[in-house]
Amino acid sequence: MLYANDLACVKGDRPLFRGLSLRVAPGDLLRVAGPNGYGKTSLLRILCGLAMPESGEILWNDVPINRDRESYHRSLLYLGHAPALNDLLSPLENLRFACSSGGDKVDEDACIDALVRIGLAQQLDLPARVLSQGQRRRVGLARLFLEADRKLWILDEPFTALDVAAVADLTSTLSEHCAAGGMVVLTTHQDAPFAKAPTVLDLAEVAC
Amino acid sequence: MSRALGPFAAVLGRDLLLAWRGRADVLVTLAFFVVVVCLFPFGVGAEPNQLRAIAPGVLWVAALLSTLLSLHRLFAQDHADGTLEQLLLTPEPTVLWVVAKISAHWIATGLPLVVVAPGLALLFDVEQGALGVLVLSLALGTPILALLGAVGAALTLGLRGGGMLLALLVLPLFVPVLIFGAGAVDAYLSGVGAQAHLLLLGGGLLATLALAPLACAAALRIAVE
Repeated sequence: MLYANDLACVKGDRPLFRGLSLRVAPGDLLRVAGPNGYGKTSLLRILCGLAMPESGEILWNDVPINRDRESYHRSLLYLGHAPALNDLLSPLENLRFACSSGGDKVDEDACIDALVRIGLAQQLDLPARVLSQGQRRRVGLARLFLEADRKLWILDEPFTALDVAAVADLTSTLSEHCAAGGMVVLTTHQDAPFAKAPTVLDLAEVAC
Repeated sequence: MSRALGPFAAVLGRDLLLAWRGRADVLVTLAFFVVVVCLFPFGVGAEPNQLRAIAPGVLWVAALLSTLLSLHRLFAQDHADGTLEQLLLTPEPTVLWVVAKISAHWIATGLPLVVVAPGLALLFDVEQGALGVLVLSLALGTPILALLGAVGAALTLGLRGGGMLLALLVLPLFVPVLIFGAGAVDAYLSGVGAQAHLLLLGGGLLATLALAPLACAAALRIAVE
């Protein structure tokens, strides 16, 4: 269970939000909403432990995340704005590296299946630099099919640059993950067709 | 142990593969080293005794500059495409993959210098026995340069004009390595024996191997924040 208590975030000199608390229990899907510049990405980065909050604390299974970073990051999958793709490597090599550098066992066939499922069957061995924006996005998202045993998924704008079919497939994957006891925190400006309406956290309400 | 080895090997393997695919960059560094060394005889004249005397210093300064030339590439690409964030979010200790990245960088940029150095030393008429000492001093010294440089590269990551700042930051730190590295060959030639210099370089390598990755990891955390 992810629990954040009384978070405050300051970007440069400008306070973004204050007094933000949230709780994500197994099975929850939390959508962070708010206009541009209200600190959605900053909040997600704070929740991951990539950035420090100005004040407040984040607990994973009742332990502060900076005290037990290892087990927190073992259960976390974060997909940010940047797709973490190297242009000189193929989608398959990129995906394999993303899994193996995280200490996960990588099964070559499972990687190929994930890429085929997300619609990159034709691009498996092409260098990533020839892929379109949407295709680059998909390589990152393919990890979702491989790392279901990571309980907490934090996704920053996962639907950007995806076509309708891909969005539908992704939402069903997210719903399945939640149904299996996983947790998802995401930001999006699009209305995605979720089976069960996500909880919404509106940053405009806690903005300074 | 074997669990930690997986990510280390993954990062090392990937970076070596990337170095191979982008080998033009690696060759530029090596070519720079060769060209700089070859320029000196034109500048100072072809007097053999003089060339013999300046050879260790010239080779070492050239190795140091070409190390500097490639340093900014160490984390820049991973920082730009988001790989660095993902690596920082792996459950493995940051130090582990930092060492893997620096090792791969040294194998791609430092090791070739060590390999071609004896050939270049022959241009300066360095005597046979000293060639071994020169290679050994470079083999011990260039990893120190890579480790110290990695800290500078991490600290200047994402800054405007970071390349210049990087040079100002790490060149003073390279001075002791230069002194003992070039000094080793001089000491051998003067008959004192290079053992003391080489032991100091070895000690320096162990110390930087223990400390620099920690500093580098901390700097990388700050850089992505």
